[in-house]
Amino acid sequence: MNVILGALAQGLLWAVMAIGVYITYRILDIADLTAEGCFTLGAGITCKLITSGFDPFISTFAALLGGLAAGLVTGLLHTKLKIPALLAGILTMTGLWSVNLRIMGRSNIAILRETSIISMLVESGLTKNMAAIISGTVLTVVVIAFLWWFFNTELGYSLRATGNNLNMIRAQGVNTDTSIILGVMLGNGLIALSSSLVSQFNGFADISMGMGTIVIGLASVIIGEVVFGRRSILNSLIAVALGSVLYRIIIALVLKLGMNSNDMKLISSILLVIALCFPAAREQVSRVLKNSLRKGGSTNA
Amino acid sequence: MLKLTNVHQKFEIGTVNEKHVLCGIDLHINEGDFVTVIGGNGAGKSTMLNAVTGTNMITEGTITIDGSDVTKEPEFKRAKYIGRVFQDPRMGTASDMSIEENLAIAYRRGKPRTLKWGITHKEREEYKELLAELDLGLDTRLKDKTRFLSGGQRQALTLLMASFHHPKLLLLDEHTAALDPKTAAKVMELTVKLVEENKLTAMMVTHNMRDALRIGNRLIMLHKGSIILDISGDEKKKLNVPDLLDMFEKASGEEMDNDRMLLS
Ligand SMILES: Nc1ncnc2c1ncn2[C@@H]1O[C@H](COP(=O)(O)OP(=O)(O)O)[C@@H](O)[C@H]1O
Ligand SMILES: [Mg+2]
Repeated sequence: MNVILGALAQGLLWAVMAIGVYITYRILDIADLTAEGCFTLGAGITCKLITSGFDPFISTFAALLGGLAAGLVTGLLHTKLKIPALLAGILTMTGLWSVNLRIMGRSNIAILRETSIISMLVESGLTKNMAAIISGTVLTVVVIAFLWWFFNTELGYSLRATGNNLNMIRAQGVNTDTSIILGVMLGNGLIALSSSLVSQFNGFADISMGMGTIVIGLASVIIGEVVFGRRSILNSLIAVALGSVLYRIIIALVLKLGMNSNDMKLISSILLVIALCFPAAREQVSRVLKNSLRKGGSTNA
Repeated sequence: MLKLTNVHQKFEIGTVNEKHVLCGIDLHINEGDFVTVIGGNGAGKSTMLNAVTGTNMITEGTITIDGSDVTKEPEFKRAKYIGRVFQDPRMGTASDMSIEENLAIAYRRGKPRTLKWGITHKEREEYKELLAELDLGLDTRLKDKTRFLSGGQRQALTLLMASFHHPKLLLLDEHTAALDPKTAAKVMELTVKLVEENKLTAMMVTHNMRDALRIGNRLIMLHKGSIILDISGDEKKKLNVPDLLDMFEKASGEEMDNDRMLLS
C-alpha cells in the first residue's frame, strides 16, 4: 500500500512535466530536449530562492518564469535562426547546464530544513506522501483546466493547427513562428513548475536531476494515451496525467522485484522501448523526429 | 485586383541545381475575373500561385493585390486577401481538429487570434446551415476530425473555408485532380457555384482542358515559366480542345505532352 501511495505521489508531482512534454511533442509535433535542462532549472531556481529566504509560492512561481524563458530561447533559435527544433533544444539544454550551475552556485542545494510547500502541508498534519498527492493533484487539475480552456480559444486553435498543418494555418493568416514560440514556452514553463514541486518533495535540487526527463515524459504521454485514450484535448490531458501515475506504479513494482534505485534510468529507457512497441506510438515518434530535423520556418507537408 | 509585374522565381540559387521556374510573368487580373490556368507538368503553375500567396518569396518583380504592394509581405499577412484550395486534400485542413474547429479557424482568416472562445454558438448554427447546403452529410458531423473525411468532402470543406468573408482572390491549384471523376465533377460544380454566387475573383489551375475552356471568362497557358497564351471573353468561348492544342504548338514550338493533360 505504501508503495502504491508513494508511486501515486511521484506520478502526480511529475504529471505536469508529462503534460509539458505533451504540448511540444503531441501538440506542436516537436521533440524538444530543452526539457532536460529545464527540469533542473525549475528545481534550481526554487531551491536557491527558498534557501535565500523567499516564500515557497513565490519561489515556485519563479521556476515557472524560468521555464518560460528557457522555452523562449529554444523557440527563437528554431523560428528566427531557422535551427532545426531538435538541435535548438540540445543547444538550450547544454547552455542551461552552465546557467543552472550559476543560479545554484554549486551542484546541489538541500532545502530539507527550509519551509517549502510540501513542508507546510506536512506541518499541518499530513504524511509526506499525502502532502505530495494533494499538492500534485491541485496543480495538475489547475493546469489541465487552464490548458483545456486555452486550447479552446482562438489562440489555442491556431497553436493546435500549427502542429498539425503548417501550410493550412499560414494560409489562414496565422504567424506560425509566434505559435511555435508560445507552445514551446508553455511546455517548458510547465516542466519547470513540475520540477519545482519535485524538488520541494525531495528536499533538494541537483544539477543532474533533469537527465532522462524527456524519456520519462514521452513514456508517460505514450502510456497515458494508449491506455486512457486521446479522443479530445481534455481526454488526452487527463490521459497523460494518469499515464504519469501509471508510469510510477510500474517503476515501483519493478523496484519491488529487486532492482534498486540505481537502475532507475535503465528501467525508464526500457519502459519507453516497450511503449514504443505500439505501432501508432512508433509512427508518431518517427514523424515528430523527422519534423524536428527540418529547418525552422519551412513547411511540414 | 491582382497584378504581377516581371515576376521571376529561382530556386536553389548559386547551386548546380539552380532552377529558373518563373521567367518574367506579367499578369493583370481584373476584379470578377475567373481565370483558368493550364500548362504541362512542371510549367510553373503551382509556383505562380505560391508566388502570389507568399509561400515562396519571388526573386524579382512585384506583386500587388487590390492596389497594395505585397511583394515583401510574408504568407500569413497576405492571407487576409486570399482563399486557397490545394491539390492535396490533406493540405487544406488540420486533420486532428474537428470540422467546426477548422471552419472557425478559417472564419477568422487574417484576424488576430485572441483568448476568446475559438468558436461561438451562433457560428456553429451558421456552419451547420452552410454544410447542409453542400449536401455531403457533413452537417451532422461537426465534431468529427477531418482526418475521417473523404478527399471530396475535404475539398468541399476547404472550398467553403476559402470562400468565407469574400476573399479578394480565390486560388485553386488542381483541387479536383486527386478525386475520382464523379467527385471531381461535383467539387467543380460547387466551385463554379461559389465563385458565381459570391462574385469572386478566382484563378484556377486545372489539368482538364475541357474544364479550362468551359469554366471562367479567361484562360492562360503557362509554358516553361512564361505565359504563352492569354485568351478571354468571346474568343475563349469559341475555342475547343483541338484549337487549344494547335495554339499551344504554335506558341511554344513543341507538342503538348498529352499524358497528363486530360483532353476530354
Ligand atoms: N520550393 C521549391 N524548390 C525547388 N524547386 C521547386 C520548388 N517549387 C517548385 N520547384 C520546381 O519548379 C518547377 C515547376 O514546379 P510547379 O510550379 O510545381 O509545376 P506545375 O506547373 O506542375 O504546378 C519544378 O521543376 C519544380 O521542381
Ligand atoms: Mg502543380
